[in-house]
Amino acid sequence: MRYLPLNDADRRQMLDIIGADAIDDLFADVPAETLNAAFDLPGHVGELGVERALSAMAAKNQAASAGPFFLGCGAYKHHIPATVDHIIQRSEFLTAYTPYQPEIAQGTLQYLFEFQSQVAALTGMEVANASMYDGSTGCAEAALMARRITKRKKVIVSGGLHPHYAAVTRTNLELHNDDVAIAAPDPAGADDIAALIDEETSCVIVQNPDVFGNLRDLGPIAEAAHANGALLIAVVTEAISFGAVKSPGEMGADIVVAEGQSIGNPLGFGGPYVGLFATRQKYLRQMPGRLCGETTDAEGQRGFVLTLSTREQHIRRDKATSNICTNSGLCTLAFTVHMSLLGETGLRRLAALNHEAACKTADALGAIDGVEVINRNFFNEFTLRLPANAEKVVNALADKGVLAGVPGGRLWLDNPDTENLLIVVATECVTDEDIAMFAEKLAGEI
Amino acid sequence: MNAQGRPSRPDNIAATDAPTFTGNKALQIEEDLIFEVGDFAGTGVDFPEPDGAPSRLGGLERDAPIGLPGLSEPETMRHYVRLSQKNYAIDMGPFPLGSCTMKHNPRLNEKVARLPGFADLHPLTPEAQAQGALEVIDVLSTWLKELTGMPAVAMSPKAGAHGELCGMMSIKAALEARGEAATRTRVLAPESAHGTNPATAVQCGFTVDEIPADKTGRVDLAALKDMLGPDVAGIMVTNPNTCGLFERDIRAIAEAVHDAGGYFYCDGANFNAIAGKVKPGDLGVDAMHINLHKTFSTPHGGGGPGSGPTVLSEALAPFAPVPYVVREGERHTLVETRRAAKEEGESAKSFGRLTAFHGQMGMFTRALSYMMSHGVDGVRQAAEDAVLNANYVQARLKSEMTPAFDGYCMHEALFDDRFLKDTGVETIDFAKAMIDEGYHPMTMYFPLVVHGAMLIEPTESESKRELDQFCDALLSLAKRAKAGEADAFKAAPVHAPRRRLDETAAARKPVLRWTPPIPAEAAE
Repeated sequence: MRYLPLNDADRRQMLDIIGADAIDDLFADVPAETLNAAFDLPGHVGELGVERALSAMAAKNQAASAGPFFLGCGAYKHHIPATVDHIIQRSEFLTAYTPYQPEIAQGTLQYLFEFQSQVAALTGMEVANASMYDGSTGCAEAALMARRITKRKKVIVSGGLHPHYAAVTRTNLELHNDDVAIAAPDPAGADDIAALIDEETSCVIVQNPDVFGNLRDLGPIAEAAHANGALLIAVVTEAISFGAVKSPGEMGADIVVAEGQSIGNPLGFGGPYVGLFATRQKYLRQMPGRLCGETTDAEGQRGFVLTLSTREQHIRRDKATSNICTNSGLCTLAFTVHMSLLGETGLRRLAALNHEAACKTADALGAIDGVEVINRNFFNEFTLRLPANAEKVVNALADKGVLAGVPGGRLWLDNPDTENLLIVVATECVTDEDIAMFAEKLAGEI
Repeated sequence: MNAQGRPSRPDNIAATDAPTFTGNKALQIEEDLIFEVGDFAGTGVDFPEPDGAPSRLGGLERDAPIGLPGLSEPETMRHYVRLSQKNYAIDMGPFPLGSCTMKHNPRLNEKVARLPGFADLHPLTPEAQAQGALEVIDVLSTWLKELTGMPAVAMSPKAGAHGELCGMMSIKAALEARGEAATRTRVLAPESAHGTNPATAVQCGFTVDEIPADKTGRVDLAALKDMLGPDVAGIMVTNPNTCGLFERDIRAIAEAVHDAGGYFYCDGANFNAIAGKVKPGDLGVDAMHINLHKTFSTPHGGGGPGSGPTVLSEALAPFAPVPYVVREGERHTLVETRRAAKEEGESAKSFGRLTAFHGQMGMFTRALSYMMSHGVDGVRQAAEDAVLNANYVQARLKSEMTPAFDGYCMHEALFDDRFLKDTGVETIDFAKAMIDEGYHPMTMYFPLVVHGAMLIEPTESESKRELDQFCDALLSLAKRAKAGEADAFKAAPVHAPRRRLDETAAARKPVLRWTPPIPAEAAE
């Protein structure tokens, strides 16, 4: 077995030194009747055979790059520079552990510090942590953080929040018998969420751009929240929008949660991704997750360490701010490398290209008889109202090689208000030919 | 000298520790932050010029500067390669962090995870166009269920601690279904437990009490029985435990908890010691997470991403989170919402959703690649070799170091600091001295039940030659400590990219991001 260096002679010699007769002597504490159970599983296979088997499974999937592609809703197809994947595969990054011994983990710690700095700048906030599992779990953690800060038990969720995020938040908050009020899907992006905030509200969660692609000024919602002693949690699922849209920090958010996948990380069928989590300095000690901080070593040289770990489970145990242990280490590296390559200049241009592609796509599709673009404004994602069930249209177009978008029925089950909606994203990867083909096939299907 | 006058052998070499002009030490090159290296107008990507069409952002344009540097491609490559060279990694040498399981990460796993059919697949791709991905989840589920002897597995937890959450949420949902959620509010966990266990229980709304250990480092069964009652929701026990020992009374523990109406959550962080040898389902477990990044070789990546599929017993399976994959013949479908699950009748009690989408697919492909490569015979051999290596290290080191408990260990060997008594050297000094010898230290000061704990987990990936060198190095350090070289230990490490770092200062006045230097005139 190619992954095991010991041979039988080694094993015999080692057992002799240990003073054991056989390997199972070392397993003597295991109840004998359960030891060496029988398993109905195959035996080992060479590298060629494994690659062949998994390649066959991969071949049954339609990759985003295989044809015209317009799916978003929390996961986005963007070009990833080749440099990113090379760097994250370096042994010293790929096969390192959590930087608990900082003297020999400065590489990891320094990029985490860079990551935190980038995330704080992008979100317009004062501090960011070293990442969460993804945007949705970050959203739930933000709501838990708000209840620690406000000591209140009521969460208001906008109808523009990705329904998976809303569900994850509810699952976590219901454990404490909190009231999680999720507004009905709001394709127009204009619900009066501020009017629902009262003095029992812990936080209000608003996504921008929302799941339908609408943009809104969070300022009035922030004001209403703050007037009632509640916090505004702003959610961003498309991180490229930070390069074009006013940041949540500029609009008064108290906690910003974002999915960072768009920068440096592949679609990967939903994971692993990287949750961005940022807040105001005054809430720092209620933050979940790892934080990397600057310090000096015994010779006075600058260095970095994990810090404020008295918030964390390995020190505080049942008093911790969260049970989270892992962060998204390697995904944060991919994010940071890609962001370093882009810089502000590249990010702004990339965002402009996305907006431009979406405008073109919306114009081409909106020109089809019976198809309505419902957004007044958008970044790179918008929603169509079709004259037919969108899921059926999507499946029909998929058979013709066009992955047309996310139908409402995929996210809101059996909801007549959303079943004719099709959420479409166009990124820099979309070509004029892709748009033309999408429009042609869609026109033919409805 | 050779014919050109170029010296071809070193001579007249004087020892020197004089600082260099650059601060660099040959291959160790100092590197500033990207904010100091990069240009705030620079970029390392080439994009076409946008056509300047009117914005439809609704007046929400981001006008103010963001403050992000951009680096050219060669600068980016050099920056991160230099940073990488300040890291220790399993590919460089033994990484014996107990409880963390730093084993070899096969590159085949990386290769298959990057196949476009997996890496470039959107999570909401229509099911008919994602059958291969659903098949991966289904096949991996089959492996995990068979290896654990459990009837169900929730695949979506994002990491080990998230798997704990999944298991404890399932327990809470099951108690609710029994009408006992309001009364069964206590969770019991050993004092040697991972910190995530009590933190998870509290996150689920439970309170936590500590189960005392007996003198052999295991759960004190009699004490546990005294603690059980109608207010206990369940126990969280790691097995093999964090002392590296198998809980001999495991079946009696499970039986006692079940008799008292509670559930048994097993922390599966150490499943790698018994995978292919023992089925946790045969031990009475109700729920257990599996760290794919420990037992099944997906890379730790400097602290993540993890993946924590959680196996569930018959009693808890109905409460499993959505989504999950259902296979009918050759066709795979995804049950995505609680409502859809309800339409399936019996499986209608799901506690809800743990994450957007379907879990850590990129880790699933890697773990499945590892399992298929090893086969069940290899998984078993890996567990045996991991246990053999740990016992070998314990046997070789016990002449100079002090094992915390008598007898054989499982996959990790636990030492306490008695051998350092009166030397002036503490566990942390011993660990830092290992760095200078070229090793990553073992887990230190955990578990909490042992004074000055040193927990060594060599894993099955180490050869005998590598283990012998490692043991020789540790034996020599132990002898030096006892010989009165405390000052050298206190100064260690001296050969690492940094000397010991001031963690107290970092926490007292946290600097968590780069900020622009204040211009001289503004500062006045």
